[in-house]
Amino acid sequence: MNNALEVRWHGRGGQGAKTAALLLAELAYEAGRKAQGFPEYGPERMGAPITAYTRVSDAAIRTHSNVYEPDLVAVLDETLLGTVDVTRGLKDGGRVVVNTPSTSAQAALLLGLPESRVVAVDASGIAKGELGKPIPNVPLLAAVVRASGLLPRDEFLAALREAAAHKFASKPGVVDANVRAAERAYEEAVHGE
Amino acid sequence: MANETRKFLPSWRTIDSAGTVAVPGSSEKFLTGDWRTERPVWKAEACRHCALCVPACPDSSIPFGADQRRGGFDLDHCKGCGVCAAVCPFGAISMIPEGGLK
Amino acid sequence: MSGRTALLSGNEATAIAMRQARPDVFAAFPITPSTEIPQYFSKFVADGETPAVFVPVESEHSSMSACIGAAASGARSFTATSANGLALMWEELYIAASLRLPVVMACVNRALSGPININNDHSDSMGARDSGWIQLYSENAQEAYDQFFIALKTAESVGLPAMTCQDGFITSHAVEPVELLEDGKAAGYCGTWKPGRTLLSGPVSMGPYDGAEFYMEHKRQQSDAVSQAFEAHARAVREYGALSGRLLDPVEEYRLDDAEYAFVLIGSSAGTGKDAVDRLRERGHRVGLLKIRLFRPFPAEAIARALSGRRAVAVMDKCDGFSGSGGPLAAEVAGALYGTPAAERPELRPFVYGLGGRDVWVEEFFGIYESLRNPWAADAGRVEYRGVREEAPV
Repeated sequence: MNNALEVRWHGRGGQGAKTAALLLAELAYEAGRKAQGFPEYGPERMGAPITAYTRVSDAAIRTHSNVYEPDLVAVLDETLLGTVDVTRGLKDGGRVVVNTPSTSAQAALLLGLPESRVVAVDASGIAKGELGKPIPNVPLLAAVVRASGLLPRDEFLAALREAAAHKFASKPGVVDANVRAAERAYEEAVHGE
Repeated sequence: MANETRKFLPSWRTIDSAGTVAVPGSSEKFLTGDWRTERPVWKAEACRHCALCVPACPDSSIPFGADQRRGGFDLDHCKGCGVCAAVCPFGAISMIPEGGLK
Repeated sequence: MSGRTALLSGNEATAIAMRQARPDVFAAFPITPSTEIPQYFSKFVADGETPAVFVPVESEHSSMSACIGAAASGARSFTATSANGLALMWEELYIAASLRLPVVMACVNRALSGPININNDHSDSMGARDSGWIQLYSENAQEAYDQFFIALKTAESVGLPAMTCQDGFITSHAVEPVELLEDGKAAGYCGTWKPGRTLLSGPVSMGPYDGAEFYMEHKRQQSDAVSQAFEAHARAVREYGALSGRLLDPVEEYRLDDAEYAFVLIGSSAGTGKDAVDRLRERGHRVGLLKIRLFRPFPAEAIARALSGRRAVAVMDKCDGFSGSGGPLAAEVAGALYGTPAAERPELRPFVYGLGGRDVWVEEFFGIYESLRNPWAADAGRVEYRGVREEAPV
């Protein structure tokens, strides 16, 4: 695939991993790329570990399989680091974006990766602050967008505002809060050196 | 490449016939405690042992003994749904975030 | 809504096609993974975006019965289901077909029980292949959208019910780019159904007892309609192609021109297979792929034409026929090739793959290709299973 980006999302039921995977696909698609977003399917249960995927490419995407060698892994819940092998199949040089109040150095140690390949962002904390609820998917999405270089900051925030405005047409306050959360996460999502 | 975990699962030759579970009570061995994102905390001093929380728990994770008194939670199976905290009239249960990187 | 392109799930795209096709009645009972289709459609009804009547029922036996009753009254009638829901419609499937009612169903393929499973394979609709319904299978959300219109047009022109099939979760819940028709264009393509006698056209009795003196003539009549469905489908495809620029022939040949080997399959894995073919071609292998869209009626001649002269073909079933020699697609393709002169007839190898949601990735096709190129092991049996955990017998 041309200029492809494959992302694997790890989360727990209720944290919005599927929504984030689909939203990333939508943002890429609106920016003129081809995209595909899907969850790995099973009975959906609040709190159970779940996986979702996003593919982005300049060429049409025909493959309909899970992603086995992701360029980027996004972890919505740091408690998964102890139970799920989140780095499985990660491409050489691929990055992991983790929702955690810890530092990227601490997360890197746990993941067994060099710090330069780990981005730590307190997505739940940011969400709690801006949205009043610890739903980490939109702030983590912002960190993923930055880590992947998929979209420049302002273009990303504008596209997110548009997508959110569509989804929360009756609640403009929610749109603003999500965009603020994304903006903060984008600023804070700096990978280690 | 493939799915590395596959080789640790039984092959079609050795897997249980028709998926029949031959051992009773096996769901107890399936530990769902790590699904939790929030953990219930029991405040013994505030608890009146009214047991309202016990039947409200969808995972039978609140032991209630023959002595008609409750104790801690079964954290191996509690999924952290918070129903117990919501039904407790005495504020004896609170939900706190699960610990992160240890 | 106009001819826009959007990132949509297969379920949402299908629901939009159903709204644009302007049905009178939509009757359904929800079942995973097709639940979203009636969910989206009932929202269209609630939002006043369609004048259709939404009939919520208590089971799939009733949803198909409601569609039959509505269609018998001359109403364009749709439903959606999966797996066990389709199985519960079994009796009514045959009744819709034999009453010659062009009910159109979106089937979202899911493994049909035993042990219970909610993920994709083709065991549900493959079981219904001989019920007299037209069947179309889709690779992606775009085809699921497009083929709904083609199914409707074919069904109404020959008086037979039709089901469109797409892979549960794999395409039904994945979002992909889909180009939609403008509402007006879609409505123009679908036109209005002109039924013959209906329950409302006068006092009529439908579905009376048919003794041995009459039954076979009616079945022969039904079979004739099925034969006519080839031409009706071809016409529907041509007209749809002129409208949309997308040609959805009964089969799609992919890089088959000079291929010595070919994969033959239906559904979403065909896309994965095309990527596998490209990568094998890069390494100099002469391999191609044949995707089958129209399964009922079965385009045997087109398949024989596309496959004759190949060295060997892998016919891949996402469904076990429990015949001891592979699934229904392998059996049908073998039948299609029987009339090919022996010198032109490829070796046919049946494969069973992807049952109950077992994932199929590009590398799986490389393994099948390797197997195809090598002589068949004497102890291999009549069918090869792919993606299943194997080990030597103890």
